[in-house]
Amino acid sequence: MSNKVLMKGNEAIGEAAITAGCRHFFGYPITPQSELPAYLSKHMPKVGGVFLQAESEVAAINMVYGAAAAGARVLTSSSSPGISLKQEGISYLASSELPAVICNVMRAGPGLGTIQPAQADYFQAVKGGGHGDYHNIVLAPESVQEIIDHVRLGFDLSDKYLNPAMILLDGALGQMMEPVDFGDYKPELQEKPWAATGCKGRKMNAITSIHIDPRDMEAHNIKLQEKYSKIRESEQKCEEWMLEDAEIMVVAYGLCARICKSAIRVCREKGIKVGLFRLISLWPFPEKKLDKAIDKVKEVFVVELSAGQMIEDVKLVDNGRKPITFHGRMGGMTPSVEDISDRIELIHDRITQKVG
Amino acid sequence: MKVVYERPESLLDVPFTYCPGCTHGIIHRMVADTLDDLGIRERTIGVSPVGCSVFAYEFFNCDMVAAAHGRAPAVATGIKRVHPDKIVFTYQGDGDLAAIGTAEIIHAAARGENITVIFANNVIYGMTGGQMAPTTLIGQKTDTTPYGRSVEANGHPIRVCELLSSLDGVAYLERVSTHDPKHVLKAQKAIKKAFQYQVDGKGFTLIELLSTCPSNWGMNPLDSLKWLEESMLPYYKPGVYKDIG
Ligand SMILES: Cc1ncc(C[n+]2csc(CCOP(=O)(O)OP(=O)(O)O)c2C)c(N)n1
Ligand code: SF4
Repeated sequence: MSNKVLMKGNEAIGEAAITAGCRHFFGYPITPQSELPAYLSKHMPKVGGVFLQAESEVAAINMVYGAAAAGARVLTSSSSPGISLKQEGISYLASSELPAVICNVMRAGPGLGTIQPAQADYFQAVKGGGHGDYHNIVLAPESVQEIIDHVRLGFDLSDKYLNPAMILLDGALGQMMEPVDFGDYKPELQEKPWAATGCKGRKMNAITSIHIDPRDMEAHNIKLQEKYSKIRESEQKCEEWMLEDAEIMVVAYGLCARICKSAIRVCREKGIKVGLFRLISLWPFPEKKLDKAIDKVKEVFVVELSAGQMIEDVKLVDNGRKPITFHGRMGGMTPSVEDISDRIELIHDRITQKVG
Repeated sequence: MKVVYERPESLLDVPFTYCPGCTHGIIHRMVADTLDDLGIRERTIGVSPVGCSVFAYEFFNCDMVAAAHGRAPAVATGIKRVHPDKIVFTYQGDGDLAAIGTAEIIHAAARGENITVIFANNVIYGMTGGQMAPTTLIGQKTDTTPYGRSVEANGHPIRVCELLSSLDGVAYLERVSTHDPKHVLKAQKAIKKAFQYQVDGKGFTLIELLSTCPSNWGMNPLDSLKWLEESMLPYYKPGVYKDIG
């Protein structure tokens, strides 16, 4: 039986976290994610959970560190400038191998920027963000329903690999209201024998990220890298949409990918063979499927709400095989469906030699 | 033979790595004795700072979490909100607590987090080689105040107990010293009382312990104790700054 309810993206994050067994949220107010703390401050107490408004994003991520170390499923959220402030704490989480879910409801930057949607924090999210060699698991939902799935998946992957997971979405998706179905998902809560819970009946547990001897620090780094290899091997996620016979492949993620889908439908009606490769996991980058998909098309068209960040990873996979064109809007501006469909038509005309 | 001195169970059987004459060791010992005396070792979670006591997790025989520089009160808040029935303490230096971590300590105190803060004030940054701390005395020479700390350039030292005493969330604040046995005994009592308050759910407690750093003060251990008494005590007056009883 379908059980659809109408919900805003930001609120869906909160309800999804509760259904995933998360009972602790620490955050600091920032637009455009404010509906999430508002939702959780109302609903956490009803399930015996904790909502705490911290004095800063720095404090919030370190409360997350403490709660994760204590064995809890824990969530924090912010938007771009606040996520920048959290980076030291995220690096500590990664090094101490603590699970936590961090939502970045991106806005436009750099600096204070503006509250309109952007995807300009891609580098920060997928390349590490803080100091040291580490990676977050990064998921990019395209709809409110997918926000729910990704928040749950984020908690599961984070626990499975003992690694922070980030849900990367933009402000427009956070504000968007859509019908969603929470289904009857049951979280798989794991035993955490390493957690700081009081050492009754066992040896004391210590959670730290310091390895003062460089040989130990290197060994720890090697261990982390082996974990990242495993994640790369097993957790790449993408959607291949109308790609079977496509000559042009659009590559996009998040809400931007939905605009591309509409543009692709317009182009398909005109007989243009175009499809979409949508990234679902930004890290690990879905390189295996992208690699094969590139072989089958004539040209790749990357669309982002940035000056061109994700395109660098597409280029690495393409490795010069097929031409890549790019369209990006910045500063909180979003391309229209026609912007994208016009560009796809131009590419189509060029590769079918309609224009010289 | 009668045993007159035993390692508390709450300390692991490893030698301290602190410099000779450093009072971090005494403070560790007093905290460990308290955990033993109150029988709370197995339900205690400690949070170590960044500073010379970053390795506190190698010495205390209870669960330990190492925080980022200055963030121990936030980390302790996260732990305590997950395990309200556990005893949570932070161990912090004066750079950690009164400079980079000023926001975290003030807000943990204001929220009345039911945690205990063990604050070792040695008026200098020990771990990084003796730079000026927010607590460095006027005229005191450090690595970054080679001509002595001046009011014009660096402003005034921060008195943490006085600063926090106005906050309603605070249950108990006391400043004690470690420079002689009489003061150490008082310090021991204060630490025990702070943990007892936490056990009783009374709210935020902080014990400031005036501490030495012979290595970076450039003195031998005995002169350090004397300097503490003569130079630090007049500015950092021992006493109870708040006690809700
Ligand atoms: C973010 C960050 N900034 C700076 C440092 C360098 N650092 C390490 S310990 C320390 C000062 C410690 O002094 P204090 O808290 O007084 O403790 P002590 O070593 O004297 O016991 C500093 C600045 C760091 N580790 N992290
Ligand atoms: S540097 Fe100073 S504070 Fe650090 S261990 Fe040595 S004496 Fe103690």
